[in-house]
Amino acid sequence: METVKDNSFFYRRLHSLLGIIPLGLFILEHFFTNSFAIHGATVFNDKIDFFASLPYLIVIELLFIFIPLLVHGIYGLYIVYTGQANQLQYGYFRNWMYLIQRVTGVILLFYIGWHVWTTRLSALFYGKEVSFDMMHKMLASPVVFWWMVVGVVCVSFHFANGLWSFSIVWGITIGPKAQKRMGYITMGLFVILAVVGVKALLAF
Amino acid sequence: MAEKTVRLKIKRQLNAESSPFWEEFEIPHGPSMNVISCLVAIQEHPVTRSGKKTTAVAWECSCLEEVCGACTMIINGMVRQACSALVDNIDQPIVLEPMTKFPVVRDLVVDRQRMFDNLKKVQAWVPVDGSFDMGPGPKLEESERAVHYELSKCMTCGCCLEVCPQFEKGNDFMGAQIISQVRLFNFHPTGAALKEDRLHSVMGKGGVAECGNAQNCVEACPKEIPLTTSIAEVGRQVTLQVMKDWFRK
Repeated sequence: METVKDNSFFYRRLHSLLGIIPLGLFILEHFFTNSFAIHGATVFNDKIDFFASLPYLIVIELLFIFIPLLVHGIYGLYIVYTGQANQLQYGYFRNWMYLIQRVTGVILLFYIGWHVWTTRLSALFYGKEVSFDMMHKMLASPVVFWWMVVGVVCVSFHFANGLWSFSIVWGITIGPKAQKRMGYITMGLFVILAVVGVKALLAF
Repeated sequence: MAEKTVRLKIKRQLNAESSPFWEEFEIPHGPSMNVISCLVAIQEHPVTRSGKKTTAVAWECSCLEEVCGACTMIINGMVRQACSALVDNIDQPIVLEPMTKFPVVRDLVVDRQRMFDNLKKVQAWVPVDGSFDMGPGPKLEESERAVHYELSKCMTCGCCLEVCPQFEKGNDFMGAQIISQVRLFNFHPTGAALKEDRLHSVMGKGGVAECGNAQNCVEACPKEIPLTTSIAEVGRQVTLQVMKDWFRK
């Protein structure tokens, strides 16, 4: 009797890795860069110009952002499909975190799809200008503002809690104490990221 | 004063194909009753609470001291062993249901063959069969023995699988029970001979990567086995095995 050999192990681990490298690193960079908005329109627009002037920009975007996002998102949706929520019967803390990780993941599929379209693809295809002013106008609508707050909070949680499970999957945090400590660290990261992200939104 | 009684509500199913239905029972209360002794009382006098004659409720049990796992069922919504569920400590009516992650054979009896098949897949044993006496095995450090002992308490009851959101009737996930046995036997000085085979087994379909880290298993385990530690440890072993497979072969 043998287990069936298939690629599910490879895809699972790829999904886990992509969530941290490059996607997690990109989130850190993205939140940090957006925080330049605190210093006003000129500083922020300078940063946009800097990124727009990067050599091989399309390749970098495709390889380190777009393709990893697609793979992580689509396989993630499949992972959601393989599970069966049972929080009402077994309401343990970690079981709720398991559910929230999946719910935020699905919300983020919609959010990031919308976000990539409005602030990147529409510029690429229709030459729409992406600038401080454009963000300012967009965020003037309370619906867009709160939708972006939801996106920022979800992505902060999904990345931070994902880092927690990444540490278990790859065998970094083994014992319950180490996992608990990592739980505190990653929830701290969640709060910090959410605050930084929302502050950047408020700056526009 | 009316005689003290025990009320039970049992989810029944006459065979693997038929639909389940509920029946209520009321039996005389006795000293130190557990759920098994309630089922024995129903077997002796199979009459429902409303006085209708019925068939005896089928269940499995063996050791009656929570070391065999045979009487595992869902009691008041929580998966556990019927032998250690003392009537005086749980709410009434006592609601009994068969486990939901394994096919029902009849009433509270389920077929847990899948767990044993998976133990075979990962070769959860120490390979010592041979044609000659191999002498005594290597000695274990006391600190290692203590960990071994905790892991060896697994009685293949299936509680960890019942509560697992990733373990479903229709999928291949092996679950915490198997992963913990992989850790136990990989860790054993003689059992380690099959370490690579075991790791490759849990790198296949239904292997360790399909764990969703909901960690219900460790909460539900009646033997308090550090299952999530086993999952992370096997995760580490698998990570190192992948490196070995990719760079040394």
